[in-house]
Amino acid sequence: MAIVDIRQRTGYLFLAVIVGHVILISTQVNTKRGVPLLEAVVFGLFAEVQRASNSVAGDVRQWWQDYFALQQVRSENTELKQEVAQLRVRLQQERGQAQQSQTLQRLLSLKTSTMLSTTAASVIAGGASPEFRTITIDKGTGDGLRPDMAVIAPAGVVGRIIIPSARASKVQLLIDRNAAAGALIERTRAQGVVVGTGADRLRMDYVPSSADVKAGDTVVTSGIDGIYPKGFVVGQIESVQRGAGEYSAIIIRPAVDFSALESVLVVLSLPAAAAEAAGATSANQDRE
Amino acid sequence: MKPAGVFVAIALALALQTSLARFVVGGTAALDLVLVVLVYVALTTGPVTGMLAGSVAGIVQDALSSGTLGIGGLAKAIVGFAAGVIGQQFIVTAAFPRFVMFVAATIVHAALFMGLYVLLGLREFPSPWAAILSQAVGNAVVGIIAFTLVEALPGAIERRRFSKRAKR
Repeated sequence: MAIVDIRQRTGYLFLAVIVGHVILISTQVNTKRGVPLLEAVVFGLFAEVQRASNSVAGDVRQWWQDYFALQQVRSENTELKQEVAQLRVRLQQERGQAQQSQTLQRLLSLKTSTMLSTTAASVIAGGASPEFRTITIDKGTGDGLRPDMAVIAPAGVVGRIIIPSARASKVQLLIDRNAAAGALIERTRAQGVVVGTGADRLRMDYVPSSADVKAGDTVVTSGIDGIYPKGFVVGQIESVQRGAGEYSAIIIRPAVDFSALESVLVVLSLPAAAAEAAGATSANQDRE
Repeated sequence: MKPAGVFVAIALALALQTSLARFVVGGTAALDLVLVVLVYVALTTGPVTGMLAGSVAGIVQDALSSGTLGIGGLAKAIVGFAAGVIGQQFIVTAAFPRFVMFVAATIVHAALFMGLYVLLGLREFPSPWAAILSQAVGNAVVGIIAFTLVEALPGAIERRRFSKRAKR
């Protein structure tokens, strides 16, 4: 009977729900203490559902690929063999250049960058709301993942971990409106900040209009943000507009195809730049 | 529609949304399947169920996104309530009124959702209209197809049973 009475007083119920939401929002906006407990619990629980649904979808797709989608495998195999041959040749060239570079580094007494410690993870779900560009991966705090760890793919930078649960983590993609990364243009070393637009393109801010930038230039991470390791590909410049302002308007086409992500690498170690910055800070403190 | 049915429909929409979002994450014309289910629930069950379903679905969506808990819930609760009231006051059974309903619900939801974020200074949405309009049309098309399927399904099963009995 009580439920019937509440249902009859629709206006009051509506008001109560609105007030409840406003209070809920207020508590989060006023306090910025990291991840809210409710969010972490709901994410942790639903990640298991996402893991199960991804497993079912993966089985169906695997079944389809194994039995019905094999028509182009032969031609693809031939193409891949040719590509492997070309890559082997290129690898030999790169190896020669790397040896030359190492010799030069030793000569100049430069520190060699340490290898990044990474762990592979599979993408098990996308974002629940179209306004946010996030994915869920199948590794969490149990695998050593922490907030703000960089997530990369062979093609380039993917994003960073924002909420890790025990067995899954939510990753904010670089194309999300709230995402940003320190970056530089590989050819000219002009620095800026790459920010997400919420769509399938990135924007590079704070590059002076006087800087030598042109379409087709490769943009890589600068490492100054302390999250993304230095030198990873962000994308290629699609357009540059030099207006009357101080900075150029630069649009970047991401190197990573975010709609086809299946597995990623999570960088477990500190980026070299962050380690260097930490080293520099301690050195300055020593001098003082 | 029973509360359990509403819960299952929203859970399925969420699961489908997160599964599909992986493949359209780079696109701007992303659908909000939870909103589609919410409008359906509100139109068929009324404002109270629509509001409560919207509130729960929105909060869960907020928790699964990197957003502020409650903003999506508030936007969806208002949309669910409004859709329920309209469903009670007007006849929304033909395809065109339903199309208008889904488009309007998407636009109102986006205005509330983005408006609250901008108002609180939590997030910026520069020039979002193209994305909102494409999402509105996408939601409306999916919504009408879903409505047609859900309404046609019981009749089709009944006809199938009847024809089997007649053959015997």
